[in-house]
Amino acid sequence: MRLVAQGLACRRGGRDVFAGVGFEVRSGEILELRGPNGVGKSSLLRLVAGLVDRTAGDIALQGGDEELTLPEQAHYVGHLDAIKPPLTVLENLRFWGEMLGEGSVEPRAALEAVGLSALAQFPAYTLSAGQRRRLSLARLLCAKRPVWLLDEPTTALDRASRETLYGLVRAHAADGGLTLVATHDDLPLQARRLEMRRAA
Amino acid sequence: MTGQIISLFRREVALATRAGGGATMGVVFFLILVALMPLSLGPDLALLSRIGPALLWLGVLLATLLGLDRLFKADWEDGSLDLLTMSEVPLALTVLTKTLAHWVTTGLPLVLAAPLLGIMLNVEPKGLAVVAFTLLVGTPALASIGAIGAALTVALRRGGLLVPVLVLPLSVPVLIFGISATQSALIGPVPMTTPLAVLAALSLASLVLAPWASAAALRLALE
Repeated sequence: MRLVAQGLACRRGGRDVFAGVGFEVRSGEILELRGPNGVGKSSLLRLVAGLVDRTAGDIALQGGDEELTLPEQAHYVGHLDAIKPPLTVLENLRFWGEMLGEGSVEPRAALEAVGLSALAQFPAYTLSAGQRRRLSLARLLCAKRPVWLLDEPTTALDRASRETLYGLVRAHAADGGLTLVATHDDLPLQARRLEMRRAA
Repeated sequence: MTGQIISLFRREVALATRAGGGATMGVVFFLILVALMPLSLGPDLALLSRIGPALLWLGVLLATLLGLDRLFKADWEDGSLDLLTMSEVPLALTVLTKTLAHWVTTGLPLVLAAPLLGIMLNVEPKGLAVVAFTLLVGTPALASIGAIGAALTVALRRGGLLVPVLVLPLSVPVLIFGISATQSALIGPVPMTTPLAVLAALSLASLVLAPWASAAALRLALE
C-alpha cells in the first residue's frame, strides 16, 4: 500500500497555506510533518482526511480498498476530540467504532490498551484533558483503518501515555499501516521527516 | 451501512434525552405559547375554538425552531462532524438520520402535546384529532427544512438567531397547507384530501431533497 501525493496546494480563507507539497508513504512507514506554527501541518492532514479541498495536486492511496475513498480508509485524530460529555466513555468509543467501520478490537479492549478501562461507565464529562486525548486514541483501535492521521497526538499526555501512544503507532506500522503525524516533539519512532516551509 | 445508521440514530436519541439534551424544551415552549393565547385574545370561547387549530399549528412551527441551532453545531464544535464525513455513510444520509432522530425527540412530542393543549383553546374533539394528524404529516417537512437553516449557520458564532430568519419563509407552504387541510376537514368546502396530499408531498419531497442541501452546506462549513 502506498500513499502518494504530488504538488498539493491548499488555500484557506483566501490565504495560500502551502503549495507544491509532495510525499510518498509506504506500508509500515511513519511520516513526521515538521515546521513552525501556521505552516500548514494541520491543513495538510485535514486535506488528506478529505476535510479541506486541495486547490492543486493529486493524492491517492494505491493498493487500498478500491471501493472506498481515501478518507474512508483513514483515521483522523485532531485537536477536537469528538467526545460527547453526556455519554459514558464506553458509549462514546463504541459509537465511533461502529460508525467508522468494523471494529478490530472490542471497545473494552481498546480502553484497556489506553488505560481507561476503570472509567468505562463514567460520563465523559468527568475526563481530564489527557484522558480525553487517550479516549480519542482508543478510536484508532476500535475501527481498523490503514491510514492514521495524527495531529500533535502527544498534547496533554503524560509520560506513560506517550509511551502507550508510541507503542500503538509502532504496532500499526508493524501491521502494515501508514502513519502521518504532525508534531513538535522528538518522537522515538523510526520516522521519515517532511519539513514544511512557508509558501512564498 | 444499516448498522452505522442505527447506531447514529441511537446516539442522537440518547444525546437528546439525557440531561442537557433539550428534548423537552420545545414542548414546554409550546405549552407557554398556547397558555398565552387566551390571556392575550380574551376568554372568547367561540373565537378561540375557531382559530384554535391555526394557533396550534403556529405554536408547533415556532417550537420546532428552538432546538434547531444545536442540530449540527454541537457536532461541528467538538469535531464529530469531521469524523462523520469520514464514515462510509454518505453525508446526506447522515443528515437525514440526524434529522429523523431530531424529529422523533422534538417534533413527535409536539404532535402528541397538540391535542392536549388544544383543550385549552376550546378546540372540539374532532378538531383535536385532525390537528394531531395534520401535524404528524407536516412536521417532518418542518424538521428537514429546519435542518437546512441549521446547516447553513453551523459555522456562525451567533447563528442561532439567524436560523428562524432563514427557516420561517421556507416553512410558509407547509404552514398554509397544514392549516388548510385542518380547516377543510372541519369546515370545508374543499375535501381534506386535496391540501393533505400537498402537505404529504411537501414532507416527502423535503425529506428527500433537504438532506442534500444540508450536506452541501455542512461541507462548506468544514473548510
